[in-house]
Amino acid sequence: MLPECWARFVSSVRIAATRADLYKDAGGAPPSVTGISMTASRAALIAICLVLTPVASASAQMFDAQSFTLANGLQVVAVTNHRAPVVNSIVYYKVGSADEEPGKSGLAHMVEHMMFKGTKTVAPGMFSRLVADNGGNDDAFTTYDYTAFYQNIAVDRLPEVLRLEADRMINLAPREKDFTPEHQVVLEELRMRIENSPAGKLNEQMNAALYLNAPYHHPVIGWRSEVEQFTLADVVAFQHRWYAPNNAVLVVSGDITADRLKPLVEKYFGPLPRRKLPVRLRTDEPPPLAARSLVLRDPNVHQPSWNRLYLAPSYAKGDSKYAYALQVLAEVLGADSSSRLYRHLVVEQKLASEIWAGYEPESLGMTSFDFYASPNPGVDLDKLGAAIDAEIHDVVDKGVTSEEIERAKTKMRAEVAYARDSLQSGAFTFGTALAVGRTVADVQDWPQRVAAVTPDIVNEAARAVLREQASVTGTLLPTRPGEEPAAGQGGEQPIPELGKSLR
Amino acid sequence: MKAWAILVSAGLSLGAVLPARAVAIQQITSPGGISAWLVEDHTNPIIAMSVSISGGAALDPPDKTGLANLVTDLLDEGAGDLDSQAYQGKLNDLSIGLDFSVGHDSMVIGLKTLAENRETAFGLLGLALAKPRFDPDAIDRVRSQELSALAQELASPRSIAARALAALLFPGHAYGRPADGDPESVKSITRDDLVMWAGHHIGRDALVVSVVGDVTPDQLKPLLDAAFAGLPQHVDPIDIPDVAPQGAGKVDVIRKPFAQSVAAIAEAGVKRADPDWYAAYVMNYVLGGGGFSSRLMTEVRVKRGLAYDTESFLVPRDHAGLIEASVATRNDRVVDSLAVVKQEWVRLAENGVTKAELSSAKKYLNGSFPLELSSTEALAGLLNVIQRDHLGIDYLERRHKLIDGVTVADVRRVARRLLRVADMTTVVVGDPRGM
Repeated sequence: MLPECWARFVSSVRIAATRADLYKDAGGAPPSVTGISMTASRAALIAICLVLTPVASASAQMFDAQSFTLANGLQVVAVTNHRAPVVNSIVYYKVGSADEEPGKSGLAHMVEHMMFKGTKTVAPGMFSRLVADNGGNDDAFTTYDYTAFYQNIAVDRLPEVLRLEADRMINLAPREKDFTPEHQVVLEELRMRIENSPAGKLNEQMNAALYLNAPYHHPVIGWRSEVEQFTLADVVAFQHRWYAPNNAVLVVSGDITADRLKPLVEKYFGPLPRRKLPVRLRTDEPPPLAARSLVLRDPNVHQPSWNRLYLAPSYAKGDSKYAYALQVLAEVLGADSSSRLYRHLVVEQKLASEIWAGYEPESLGMTSFDFYASPNPGVDLDKLGAAIDAEIHDVVDKGVTSEEIERAKTKMRAEVAYARDSLQSGAFTFGTALAVGRTVADVQDWPQRVAAVTPDIVNEAARAVLREQASVTGTLLPTRPGEEPAAGQGGEQPIPELGKSLR
Repeated sequence: MKAWAILVSAGLSLGAVLPARAVAIQQITSPGGISAWLVEDHTNPIIAMSVSISGGAALDPPDKTGLANLVTDLLDEGAGDLDSQAYQGKLNDLSIGLDFSVGHDSMVIGLKTLAENRETAFGLLGLALAKPRFDPDAIDRVRSQELSALAQELASPRSIAARALAALLFPGHAYGRPADGDPESVKSITRDDLVMWAGHHIGRDALVVSVVGDVTPDQLKPLLDAAFAGLPQHVDPIDIPDVAPQGAGKVDVIRKPFAQSVAAIAEAGVKRADPDWYAAYVMNYVLGGGGFSSRLMTEVRVKRGLAYDTESFLVPRDHAGLIEASVATRNDRVVDSLAVVKQEWVRLAENGVTKAELSSAKKYLNGSFPLELSSTEALAGLLNVIQRDHLGIDYLERRHKLIDGVTVADVRRVARRLLRVADMTTVVVGDPRGM
């Protein structure tokens, strides 16, 4: 029921966690002609298809897309793909964890969960049940910059999901008796994604070290001590403040056209009132002066890893002229088994079993350029780190070759056709872009802008971004023999007495 | 050539007809004698092929677990005149997606290419299958990758639980051994083992081939020969015994310092060919297969806040069937979560499902089916499973009737047969209290 690719939204550490934990969830069940494995993961915090690589995320010109805006400010995009009589409908709200007030980390995600807990006319839980009874599936996710809700469903059932989606934008009416257990569910999610996952914990620590002043300093799921304190009033106030047609983007992809979509959207979303919106503040980062290095030891680590983040410009913030060049650079350095890092460190020097570089420019604030490596058995992590640093120095000093650039660009072009083939990719691509202030034209022009990237600009971008003082290095190691496990599991609040009486 | 025009009109059961979409499956045979199902779709310039090769990790010798897995890892690491980097370079440069994986019952290959690169893509696959090099440096590298991946699994309570559960259920049988092996066995695998496995278990009579996309039958036929005609005609006989799960009533706690315990539960289920398959399928949707509509989700998560995720699922293997469930809960409430799961097991076994639940299940299982057809790759994979499970070339047409035919009495019968709390085998990984 989920997009094919579960992917990162911030760092390579996340990818490690994703591959280790989420991919395995299916338990080896066969494809769903039998419908056997359906991982219910509402509120999948980081499940964003398509941002697996910059390549797939912004596949562009070939999308058959049209957009319009309602009088109340709702932005709408229709992405036409008549392969099957189905659609993916997704609403992006321009609010994420980076919009939370101090002391309320994780509230945007808590609100996302509560969006399924009923409105004035739709009972708690009925949203998903109605979607399922109409043969659809639905889910949602929260990131730093946006919160999104989607359904995959037969196109003739689209009016019903649009009606439900419009209803909960304005009429959400969650009750205390539903908040209390859902609050515990979110804490279970935190245990699963972070506390049970050494890579998840390191990822949080690294981002907190990378972003000194930007609101990406705190994790999307929030710090436990603050998540525990949420009240229903917090949820209601936050939802009321941010959820409005003039703060949302609706994208419908699949067997649909703008002409067919427009009357439906007018009918269900047109009557919704605008709201006065708070400012979305993405505070500037001060110039980074000190390289930071973190070590996380955990008794559950049996395979160490080496991770590196560099503070980097996004499409929206910093030296955004480098955003396309950095996507090409990531491709050259570490996108596949022909990339520099794999050839040098996995094949030739035999230091790493796995290595990866990535960059995601779709961010309202600054973003990061990331590296991840897993050492071969018996290889010292410092030795691996030094070898990767040597590669990074080499690219900064000597630059990339025009052959490498051409190879990367050819590959990125080819990926456009694949992105177009998937039901969700158009919806996710436009939704993400528009939620962080970009335009339909920006998305459509992606192939041309990638094609225009030159070796000179890539080399300039590498010199500008891959600087030691802008970096955070994180290593994941097993606990030393005899050492106590890291704290963080004690001191939990007592759980409320929920449903103690088992029928 | 036999062509079947099939209407996928899953919405029929809702009383509203979806825009019917014709999925015309053509059954073709190449000049070299390779058979395949083809759905032509010229919407996008993409071709996807799904291939399964019967056999798989169940054929690993007991002291060489992970052998089939290592073979599949190495097939695209150099073949014919191309060493690993040359071979991978060709795939990467043309954005050809070639993915090998292996389960206990079969090896599965996914190939995805732009139509303009089809000859290279199918040719590279043919080379990998018929002339894998198994170069020593590639073996060392891939072995290291496997050992790292195995070590990484130990950080995941789910992986630990899944491996332990399989060992309890199928002691002495191939299904009890992990498909990706264990470190000792992976270290012991030699080049000769790899060559031997590939030479004996990859052959034309074990192939199941499905193709979807921008290709005509006449274009596809020589491509099939390029990919498969170089293979030996026959594989070694597959001699895996049927097996009934063991470990009834066992509860194994694997104590690890995790903040949240993961429980994995299983007992005997149904195989795909079982006459009660569709009843079990509908039953499982109501029990724990239906996402937020399922009883497990309602009772464990929504009402009690005991888990972020809980589900049940059917596991139909060639030689055994299982029904499994999982739940992940904070250490001090695992006992409560397991009690709720058991309670739902009993409730369904004793009372079956309501008419309303049955109706909802049918609406979802039929209504959502067109979503399976939403990408070239997805449809190719679906067609392969239909072929492999011998469901018939007209299955897409019949599927909604098979599901609609399930009655409340059918579900009650199969629930009584399958949901036996006393026979559950349970593994809990974490630091559960009170266990």
